[in-house]
Amino acid sequence: MQFMLLFSRRGKLRLQKWYVPLSDKEKKKITRELVQTVLARKPKMCSFLEWRDLKIVYRRYASLYFCCAIEDQDNELITLEIIHRYVELLDKCFGSVCELDIFNFEKAYFILDEFLLGGEVQETSKKNVLKAIEQADLLQEEAETPRSVLEEIGLT
Amino acid sequence: MSGLCGKSKEAEIKRINKELANIRSKFKGDKALDGYSKKKYVCKLLFIFLLGHDIDFGHMEAVNLLSSNRYTEKQIGYLFISVLVNSNSELIRLINNAIKNDLASRNPTFMGLALHCIANVGSREMAEAFAGEIPKILVAGDTMDSVKQSAALCLLRLYRASPDLVPMGDWTSRVVHLLNDQHLGVVTAATSLITTLAQKNPEEFKTSVSLAVSRLSRIVTSASTDLQDYTYYFVPAPWLSVKLLRLLQCYPPPEDPAVRGRLTECLETILNKAQEPPKSKKVQHSNAKNAVLFEAISLIIHHDSEPNLLVRACNQLGQFLQHRETNLRYLALESMCTLASSEFSHEAVKTHIDTVINALKTERDVSVRQRAVDLLYAMCDRSNAQQIVAEMLSYLETADYSIREEIVLKVAILAEKYAVDYTWYVDTILNLIRIAGDYVSEEVWYRVIQIVINRDDVQGYAAKTVFEALQAPACHENLVKVGGYILGEFGNLIAGDPRSSPLIQFDLLHSKFHLCSVPTRALLLSTYIKFVNLFPEVKTTIQDVLRSDSQLKNADVELQQRAVEYLRLSSVASTDILATVLEEMPPFPERESSILAKLKKKKGPSTVTDLEEAKRERSVDVNGAPEPAPASASAASTPSPSADLLGLGAAPPAPTGPPPSAGGLLVDVFSDSASAVAPLAPGSEDNFARFVCKNNGVLFENQLLQIGLKSEFRQNLGRMFIFYGNKTSTQFLNFTPTLICADDLQANLNLQTKPVDPTVDGGAQVQQVVNIECVSDFTEAPVLNIQFRYGGTFQNVSVKLPITLNKFFQPTEMASQDFFQRWKQLSNPQQEVQSIFKAKHPMDTEITKAKLLLGRSSDLGQHSLKKLILTLQTLWALASSTPKPPRLDACCVWSRICKLRCTGSRCAQARTLFPRGYVTYCRSSFNPMQAVGLCVLFPCVSATLGDHTAHSTMEHLSTCTSSLGPGRGWDTKGLLTGTTAGLPVQGGPGSMKSRQPVVQSTN
Repeated sequence: MQFMLLFSRRGKLRLQKWYVPLSDKEKKKITRELVQTVLARKPKMCSFLEWRDLKIVYRRYASLYFCCAIEDQDNELITLEIIHRYVELLDKCFGSVCELDIFNFEKAYFILDEFLLGGEVQETSKKNVLKAIEQADLLQEEAETPRSVLEEIGLT
Repeated sequence: MSGLCGKSKEAEIKRINKELANIRSKFKGDKALDGYSKKKYVCKLLFIFLLGHDIDFGHMEAVNLLSSNRYTEKQIGYLFISVLVNSNSELIRLINNAIKNDLASRNPTFMGLALHCIANVGSREMAEAFAGEIPKILVAGDTMDSVKQSAALCLLRLYRASPDLVPMGDWTSRVVHLLNDQHLGVVTAATSLITTLAQKNPEEFKTSVSLAVSRLSRIVTSASTDLQDYTYYFVPAPWLSVKLLRLLQCYPPPEDPAVRGRLTECLETILNKAQEPPKSKKVQHSNAKNAVLFEAISLIIHHDSEPNLLVRACNQLGQFLQHRETNLRYLALESMCTLASSEFSHEAVKTHIDTVINALKTERDVSVRQRAVDLLYAMCDRSNAQQIVAEMLSYLETADYSIREEIVLKVAILAEKYAVDYTWYVDTILNLIRIAGDYVSEEVWYRVIQIVINRDDVQGYAAKTVFEALQAPACHENLVKVGGYILGEFGNLIAGDPRSSPLIQFDLLHSKFHLCSVPTRALLLSTYIKFVNLFPEVKTTIQDVLRSDSQLKNADVELQQRAVEYLRLSSVASTDILATVLEEMPPFPERESSILAKLKKKKGPSTVTDLEEAKRERSVDVNGAPEPAPASASAASTPSPSADLLGLGAAPPAPTGPPPSAGGLLVDVFSDSASAVAPLAPGSEDNFARFVCKNNGVLFENQLLQIGLKSEFRQNLGRMFIFYGNKTSTQFLNFTPTLICADDLQANLNLQTKPVDPTVDGGAQVQQVVNIECVSDFTEAPVLNIQFRYGGTFQNVSVKLPITLNKFFQPTEMASQDFFQRWKQLSNPQQEVQSIFKAKHPMDTEITKAKLLLGRSSDLGQHSLKKLILTLQTLWALASSTPKPPRLDACCVWSRICKLRCTGSRCAQARTLFPRGYVTYCRSSFNPMQAVGLCVLFPCVSATLGDHTAHSTMEHLSTCTSSLGPGRGWDTKGLLTGTTAGLPVQGGPGSMKSRQPVVQSTN
């Protein structure tokens, strides 16, 4: 996998993960182009499309789009299920995926790192990924009240 | 966030700027921040960055967090670095240090964080620091499973980024054995690593095949509950299965019969499972199951050795073609495309033709329709070509604009390849132009002309059909081109019919003339002169047209020149000469279709080639002769492609010519040689030659660096912009370009420049301006030496900078009287010098001709050349036997005729003939005056010269003129140019003077 993007129906980028070295400018350009392309597609269309020399696999959950770019020989269907497994993991940690936009965003990255590394599936067992996350949670200092940065910035 | 969405964009920016100011003041404040606050603010910065705003501070604070002992602080520090630190950062040493500590900590959670960070950044510096360490962690007996998983994928990322820094070694065999690991997570991660390594080092990882097969076998035969949490919606370990099947695609079918048998069993089991009723109605279940199935089919196609499995796979895909899930239909079409190229399953694929055609008509999603087009193209053969082409044509009427050109190419290729009846072919292509004229590229209409010319049974039909098509009130310009060319060649075949008499044909074409672009009008002018030859009765009509002001005084030089020359030719030349010069085109040599080359270029070579390889076997060639197998693509890689163009038998391979690369048929003559990757001097020499006659372009390119030039010259001054592009993602350090002039050159050429910034960021381009003053004539070129450091290694590149004497040429006006006065003054015997020197390139005429062919111009261009050469050989024999001044005339005649038969850019290629022949001629009977004569002509042809010719001409001229002695050498304002007006051959001086000075066209 070359990269994964999460964005809202309004085109707002929620999470980006790049597994190939690209300049910031290039990343922005790709994001803009893909968000536009994917949002323009109708609901019943197929989840795959050719884009440059890559294949794009995307799926929509409520108001969130999950979009992965894979290489020519990669398997589209299994990538769809990578997305789904990730959504399941997020669900487990945050309740409902619909509220994904108000979770601790950093945690979404930590979960992704446990599940996917360097663009490849690292651990497919939901139990094992969640165990790793829980362990990390246990290590959090007692004194610290877990507050979302969003709350602190006052954006929620 | 809902709050954010409610607010306006400005409010968000205002809010964020306020927050950034706050954080900045906290970081700069006198009071040291505690870890918690530091973490909090770094986290805020990160969030703001992810909202899409730029962040330019906080990096140092993030690095500080790495050395915290608190997990959450460390975690946020690593996250910030993974997301925000690029590989050039000066902080990389500090970061690497922190990572090193965490890797050594033996705390699995910290090790995990450090490995994730390496895998996320994946820079070269990190590879340098850790590529040796990570394999050890990976294979150590006491490493925790989760750390092993991270280590495997971390190493994979580093290997992808910098394969040279990951040394193979003892660890590789132990990595292979991770396929046997008890922990399926470890196996999953390791399989990805092994697959990537095995692609590059298949021999070293050969043993993974049997291990992968047995692992796969255990998975597919397991009950859905056996694998516990690795079962996904009742499918056992789908991710691992897919990865194992991918790994097996790095190798041919296993040789060991036991392993092979076991693998076949696995694949059969997977195919069987597809027929079982689903264990769950959830789409996740079917997706996971089918993901494994499609990967298994990919492996079956890759092996292409078990007809039974291939046919089963095809039947399975056939079922999917009608599945209600769009995704499955899409994938089935895609997968079937590759199946169609296997001889075992081609017939089975063909049985689904109606379903696929139906998909083309009914699918709502363009990406699915495109797959259907691809599949129709792949399954096409002689038996179904007419049906498929008809369906594609009708689809083209409504097809999305984005894929029209590709469909046009595909239709054109299929129509040609499977035409039994060439009238069908002609109809198809004309339909193509009618339906999608804008998407019909040059290659397509060139090709139809080639085929019509090669097959005399279709010429009359073609003439009749284009004539009818041209009757349409609004026809596409491409149709005018095809029509113009075909009627010019074969209009006589339909001239007997009073409805298409010569005059009607001419009027029809000429009615389109004014609506067409310059190249098309140029082509039509050539058609008119052909008409003069074919139909003497319309000669005066055509002469009137040529004589009209809109032609003779046309603002476009090419059109004006054609009009002038054709008019002269039609009035001066005798019927015999006219008939020779304008004789019907001889057949084209059969080579790889230029359209195919174009499609390959569009689609990327790998995807098309396989299909074509298979396709070729089932096809016959256009000329109707039995086709020698490697006639197309592979022939291009031998040193004498289509050597028989001149009908001279096989030409010996040219010793100095670089081997042409396959594809790219339509490049200019000789330009192939220069586009090759040039490590140093040899390649850059070729590039240098290209620049003799052009001012802008890429001078040098390797994997790291690209040097582009842009230059302008006026009188004795010039300015050159040199662009150095860093093609890597890493900075170049100590970047120092230096201009070196040899001692004698220094006196003649003044170069001034400023030093450039010594660092060039990854992906960045820096520019250097060189001011040039030509003081006196010179022969050598300055050298540009570039030194820099890239990733710790020193790089040194030298290229010749293309500043040549001809850049400073000036046009001058000269009446014919003056010219010949000066010419005659040079008639003293001592003013004639003969010098014999060793030619750099062999002078064998065969080789020279072969070299010309090496350039592989487009089919049409070469074709014109062939005929030209035939004509010129005769003329040349004539010219060589006449006294001196007429020889020059002959040269002029030659140059004119070179231009005559070619259209548009093809003309350029024909012109290259002229100076080449002339140089050869000058070399054989040497006379400095002729060299001067060549100087005179050189600029007018140089605009379009191929590199080789230009180079050897220049080289030769320098030698010639230096022998003329002081005062007679070609000073930069001497005899050059303008003198086209003085040449006594054709065209009144008046008509010529209105032209642009020819030298200006040397750009």
